[in-house]
Amino acid sequence: MLIALPPWVPMVISGFVVLNVVIGLVTYITLLERKFAARMQSRIGPYRVGPHGLLQPIADALKLMMKEDIVPTAADRRIYNLAPIVFLIPCMLIFATIPFAPGLGVADLNIGILFFLAVSSMEIVGLFMAGWGSNNKYALLSAMRAVNQIISYDLPFIFSALVPVLLTGSLKLGDIAAVQQGSLFNWFIFYPVIGQLAFITFVVATLAAENRVPFDILEAESELVAGFRVEYSGMKFALIQLGEYAHMIGSSFLGALLFLGAWSGPGPEALGPVWFLLKMIFMFLVVTWIRWSFVRIRVDQILALSWKALLPATLALLVSTAVVVVWRTGGF
Amino acid sequence: MLDQNTTTRVEMDWSGPERLQMNMGPQHPSAHGVFRAIVTLEGETVVAVDAVIGYLHRCHEKLSETLTYAQYPSIASKTDYVAAMTSEFAYVMAAEEIGKFEVPKRAQYLRVIVAELQRIASHLLWLGTWCMDMGGALGGGATIFLYCIRERELILDLFEALVGARLLYGFFQVGGTRYDIPDGWAQKCRETIAVIESRVDEYEQMLEDNAFFLARARGVGVVSRELAQDVGIAGPLLRGSGIDYDLRRNAPYSSYQDFDFTVPTEKDGDCYARYKVRMQEFRQAVAIIRQALDKLPAGPISSRPALKSVAQIRIPKGEAYARVEGPRGEVGSYIISDGSAKPYRMKWRGASFSNLAILPHIIPGHKVADVVAIMGSVDPVFGEVDR
Amino acid sequence: MNAEQARASLASTFGVEVAAGVPMVVTVAPDRWEELARYAKETVGCRFFNFLTAVDWKEQGLEVVARVDNLDDNVGLMLKTRLAPGVTNCASLTPVYRGADWMERECFDMFGIRFDNHPDLRRILLEDTWEGHPLLKSYAVDTPHPPYR
Repeated sequence: MLIALPPWVPMVISGFVVLNVVIGLVTYITLLERKFAARMQSRIGPYRVGPHGLLQPIADALKLMMKEDIVPTAADRRIYNLAPIVFLIPCMLIFATIPFAPGLGVADLNIGILFFLAVSSMEIVGLFMAGWGSNNKYALLSAMRAVNQIISYDLPFIFSALVPVLLTGSLKLGDIAAVQQGSLFNWFIFYPVIGQLAFITFVVATLAAENRVPFDILEAESELVAGFRVEYSGMKFALIQLGEYAHMIGSSFLGALLFLGAWSGPGPEALGPVWFLLKMIFMFLVVTWIRWSFVRIRVDQILALSWKALLPATLALLVSTAVVVVWRTGGF
Repeated sequence: MLDQNTTTRVEMDWSGPERLQMNMGPQHPSAHGVFRAIVTLEGETVVAVDAVIGYLHRCHEKLSETLTYAQYPSIASKTDYVAAMTSEFAYVMAAEEIGKFEVPKRAQYLRVIVAELQRIASHLLWLGTWCMDMGGALGGGATIFLYCIRERELILDLFEALVGARLLYGFFQVGGTRYDIPDGWAQKCRETIAVIESRVDEYEQMLEDNAFFLARARGVGVVSRELAQDVGIAGPLLRGSGIDYDLRRNAPYSSYQDFDFTVPTEKDGDCYARYKVRMQEFRQAVAIIRQALDKLPAGPISSRPALKSVAQIRIPKGEAYARVEGPRGEVGSYIISDGSAKPYRMKWRGASFSNLAILPHIIPGHKVADVVAIMGSVDPVFGEVDR
Repeated sequence: MNAEQARASLASTFGVEVAAGVPMVVTVAPDRWEELARYAKETVGCRFFNFLTAVDWKEQGLEVVARVDNLDDNVGLMLKTRLAPGVTNCASLTPVYRGADWMERECFDMFGIRFDNHPDLRRILLEDTWEGHPLLKSYAVDTPHPPYR
């Protein structure tokens, strides 16, 4: 007979499972990115470690765990040590609200998407702590740029994520996904004009929120040499990388859910999560493709693009979505 | 040294006139070698630049006083190691000018072919590293860097077949060249430059349609005509600022007058103008190589007997300044000879040394990100700067 | 002005014999060095500053050599001035040509020539604590140098 479990036990178990799956995904998605980038640059990528480089992420993880943990003498120890953790927690927390299949998720909150957007912008606190605590001019400069950039691009990110919310009428991620089931053309990306525009602005804002080229002014290897991460080594560096890629994957999941129909796809219901995963990988590869093709633009150009172009555009898009929704439901 | 009082600890009040001194280099992914720039920042804007060089100083000029005219050309390539052929060219031409040695026609044409191939290889490296500076080693810049390196490998293969070395050659000697082209080399050369020509078209298209690239390169690092001449920069920097001067046409050497080519010039003086000049130079170099291969005369490759001893070449008393149009500008060698087997004084006019002197004049006013873009478009090689 | 006119006017203004050839060599006394450079830039039109260097003639003193070019008329001028034996001061050309800045710093570094009116005369290629001036003939090639800190 089943023992009556306290209600928090399933949550803890599902949270634990999701965290582990995410970490596993993160390690292998780095390999995917490296292979993809290598093929774009007419080379092969990791090949020797394991068959076709499949054991490369494990080797990298082991290496990072065994590295010496160097702390600069003048660094602010408490902030320096806390920063990777404060950076990592929001990046992991965003997976709490994503439903991987109807009913299969850690916590499908009523305000799911609001929670996601709010928590994902909390990572900037960890980022700034890392830049400040390192006591390094490069790290500080990059942390300032990061604050600038993420604040500027959060608004377009929110507005373009709100377009599917308006089209659904609910903040719950499970509902947004459910509305897109059925046929292919229910997907919000196929919604005439508004869907495509919202998808494009969502991708641009995602690139900026995750500090990917062309908006990676914050790390800018050729100027600031790894930016706010410059003083971190070993496991702390691994935590920061983990957080970054986890955030990337989380945003890709969100994009797949908002625009690409989440788990809808041909075949039986049980294949739903597989389709979701594939769509997430597609979003990730779109971002990676852009990353490996463009040069970066300067910080003042990034801010100009956000405040002068993207924000008014997404605002106008949101307003017109609202008008369209009211018109469609016969409100006029 | 600099005024020590201006070194402030990190003051985070950006509303005031607090200035931050930041050190870029000498170990830096985009310093193009060993270069230290102490930039004074006000917010994100650079207010002053102090360029500290000399990390690669090996005192070539003193070294040349201890090496004979037969020994030095192999060492000369270590100044501009990215374009080693043109470095050797200047020294050897200066020695020939003092000694009034005739260089046979075939050797002259071979020198032209090799110099133009070197120009293409050097510009490929420039394009790759400049885009990498702007795009990041983990980003779009690395993509075009790898494509350019792939093309450069084709040319280095040609050099390896000719000389035996990939980067630092000992191809030039006083009186002509040291090696002749092997069988089948001319055909391989034609195929290579055809491939490179088509790929350069591809890269140009890829970059010019890219709004981000144009935003980074247009209007950045403008060098006025007057400043360009006053400081003494040369090569694509001079031609990008509107001054139509190319040594191959204005002061022809080594039979450049036999070839038909145009000299690209742009008016704007910004990074984009210099980029356009260099892209055009790719095509002109390809045209010159084709003409030289077609008209290559038969004959000896050197007017001097083969080298049997190091002190074999003796040059009468005199002095001469010989210059070549290298990929970076005017590379010159001023030799004063006292009649013995070694020079009395040898001065290298390094193109990059004069080009780099323009940085303190044009960088103030730009943002930090532009510093790397400008440095990339100036294209310094520190072997030449520091000698 | 073209090469012939330049030769004639230089010979007449500075009272020196200017040999024909490419480039033309003009030798003046050190006290007219800056005047010569200014004349070359403004009157002869040699606005392109090529290089500036020095030669150590042992007992006969140091010689400062500069080359300037007129790009439009294709005129090259080699300006020379012989400093008296034991003299290590020379007028600076930085008020006339901005490019002389780094070149003169290199001459100071390598030969010990102090240029008057130079805005920032310090060593450029060697470190500041280096002793000696390497390109002088009195500096042996195998002089042990102070180790870098």
